[in-house]
Amino acid sequence: MAIRVLMFGWEFPPHNSGGLGTACFGLTRALAREEVDVLFVLPKRVGVATDHARLIFADDRPITVREVTSSLTPYVTGSQYEAMLTPEERSLYGPTLLDEVRRYAVRAGEIAKKEQFDIIHAHDWLSFLAGLEAKKVSGKPLVLHMHATEFDRTGGQGMNTEVFQIEQMAMMRADRVVAVSNYTKEKIVSQYGVHPDKVMVVHNGIDEEDYSYSADRLESLRAHGTKIVLFTGRLTVQKGPEYFIRAAKRVLDFCPNTIFVIAGSGDLEYRLMREAAHLGISDKVLFAGFVRGRELDALYRSADLFIMPSVSEPFGITPLESVINGTPVLVSKQSGVAEVLTHALKADFWDTDEMANKIVATLRHDTLRDTLRDHSQTEVKRLTWREAARKCVDIYHDLLVAPVSVSY
Amino acid sequence: MSSVCFYFQVHQPFRIKRYRIFDVGNDQEYFSDDSERDTNNARVFHKVARKCYLPANAVLLELLERHPEFKVSFSLSGVFLEQAEMYAPEVIESFQKLVATGRVEILSETYYHSLSFLHSKNEFRAQVALHRDKVQKIFGVTPQVFRNTELIYRNDIAHEVEAMGYKGIIAEGADHVLGWRSPNFLYQPEGAQKIKLLLKNYKLSDDVAFRFSSRDWAEWPLTAPKFAQWLSAVNGNGHVINLFMDYETFGEHQWEDTGIFDFLRAMPEEFLKHPDNDFVTPSEAIDRYDAVAPLDVPDYMSWADVERDLSAWLSNAIQHDAMRAIYVLEHEVMESGDPKLIDDWRRLQTSDHFYYMCTKWFADGDVHKYFNPYDSPYEAFIAYMNVLQDMRLRVEASRAKRKRPTGVLAAPLYA
Repeated sequence: MAIRVLMFGWEFPPHNSGGLGTACFGLTRALAREEVDVLFVLPKRVGVATDHARLIFADDRPITVREVTSSLTPYVTGSQYEAMLTPEERSLYGPTLLDEVRRYAVRAGEIAKKEQFDIIHAHDWLSFLAGLEAKKVSGKPLVLHMHATEFDRTGGQGMNTEVFQIEQMAMMRADRVVAVSNYTKEKIVSQYGVHPDKVMVVHNGIDEEDYSYSADRLESLRAHGTKIVLFTGRLTVQKGPEYFIRAAKRVLDFCPNTIFVIAGSGDLEYRLMREAAHLGISDKVLFAGFVRGRELDALYRSADLFIMPSVSEPFGITPLESVINGTPVLVSKQSGVAEVLTHALKADFWDTDEMANKIVATLRHDTLRDTLRDHSQTEVKRLTWREAARKCVDIYHDLLVAPVSVSY
Repeated sequence: MSSVCFYFQVHQPFRIKRYRIFDVGNDQEYFSDDSERDTNNARVFHKVARKCYLPANAVLLELLERHPEFKVSFSLSGVFLEQAEMYAPEVIESFQKLVATGRVEILSETYYHSLSFLHSKNEFRAQVALHRDKVQKIFGVTPQVFRNTELIYRNDIAHEVEAMGYKGIIAEGADHVLGWRSPNFLYQPEGAQKIKLLLKNYKLSDDVAFRFSSRDWAEWPLTAPKFAQWLSAVNGNGHVINLFMDYETFGEHQWEDTGIFDFLRAMPEEFLKHPDNDFVTPSEAIDRYDAVAPLDVPDYMSWADVERDLSAWLSNAIQHDAMRAIYVLEHEVMESGDPKLIDDWRRLQTSDHFYYMCTKWFADGDVHKYFNPYDSPYEAFIAYMNVLQDMRLRVEASRAKRKRPTGVLAAPLYA
């Protein structure tokens, strides 16, 4: 009989705002193809949510989606959450983020009482209490999927201790923890004190079928031999956009005919604009705002090199998206994707000179760009969600055969 | 009669340090890494001297003293000899002691362990001459037999080397070239007059060089009696068994704790137990045995990887680009007459630089990765091309200096 999974996840593309939704989509679809029954629970605001369960993935084994009215969104911080609520919403949802996380957990418990399933699988800390509640009412084993830790999100500065405690307590009580990289597993073990045997590494993947748009390159941007270097991501400390700007300054001394595109929005946007102005390179740094879908693919295809300078990146799906679009990548060594993508340039996020050195080489030597592109495109075909889903299925089987007998 | 011919390759490149774009125009010391990285040439040399050169030479000296029939040959690259003189002169002395026994032959090669034959005959001949001078100076002998970098071989290399006066040349006994024929005979290179060709018995050579410590191998552990028996089995089916390998096999590729030195120490005695067996150097093999047939090798072959072709150094676009970029400078560099510039340019021709840029199997983490002091082929390429950028600046500066009129007033432009 098929394994039935109660999954607490996040909104799929194109309604997502980052890698978490992309990962939930890729993994869930691949699980369905591995003959797993997924009941996918996700938070939705009033007015957007539908009461009934809907079925998706017409061509594959369908998965059932249950929407729960909640104001939770991925990546939200406590202060952002409170600023986001309208006066009417304050009576509907929890007044603080943590109140809302707990309210969501109560709703999760109600669902778990009604539904039939074998395993609970929850993605990221905002849904960890929901996962625990479901485990409490059902007695079923719980898998927690760590896409990011509080250390990654804050770049190590201004950590929220309540969030840390929820992550730690939940991982201690869970039956298995899935880390999206060895880099993340190491953090879970050393910073949270979780036993290493309990933490399984399942790298994220990417499915080429999702990137079949025939997006064109932005030829006007590349007129007169202009080279393009691209950054995409939320403009937060974690993603390291300021290192991108500092490297840009160094590169422009050698390759003045280069445009540095920043695609994304976030807290740091104005600070980054001021930084570019201060360095005297405002005319070479283009802020494109939040870009997704076909437009984002067009940007990837227009670029000579994609940079992910993250301060701490548990995985990092964007470099894989870039590679699929035929643009080679330079990734921070402080990332999970660096473990699986060997045909990539790598540098420490803080070493902007080294980043500049590698960017200049790629812009100057087409053979370097082409060799990286050809090899990484071959390599990325092996990094599939199917591979990730199979590892998750192994974990489920493990838990179902020898249920919860091990204590860590 | 069954003869064993040992030839050990001894080579260390001048590895390029982590040379960034910001160093161009500011730093001409390309090979002077003094960090803890594996691009620190002195550090690597000391390590290999301690693990391989000194202990292996000690074993060979002991064998030469104990067995008057024992003989070996070496090919020592010029850049190896130079580094030995700089970093560990005791290594030079230990090789001199071996040569002084009169039963150790030194072979000829390109001083810079380069692929120069592929690009410039002039440069090739110049490097072979430089190497011959170096060997004469250190060992007082003149090589008679040539081996090209990484056993890269083709008919025309034999022709060239014959014209330079060598009586023999060494190559890989690759299956795709030999077909049904045996590597255990001497051959005559197609189109050559007198020069003879010795081919590596790669199966028996690789049993020692690659498989010795492999526990997945059905023949593990390889003992001296067992190996001597395999060698003796050739008796009647060949003249000479050419066991050619990197000298670093002993102690560096196969660590001491695998028993490789004990194997080396015991092997000659086991082999000599059979009265028909003996050891020869390449020159002796050539003097003693006739070539049995001509051998036609129209395309390049080498001893590298399973492909036995040039792909370890020249398969992807960055390798071709780097190779093109170094040889395009030949004329200008030689015109400069600047010995330091010429020497740097030649050090950059060493085959290892291109090997480090190889992307074959890179993701699988095999031998290319193991022997690569850089984190990736791309890092190797970037450092190399940055260095070439600096070298171009030096070439331009040198040209500007030569063009500057000296002593004579140039005619004014308006005249």
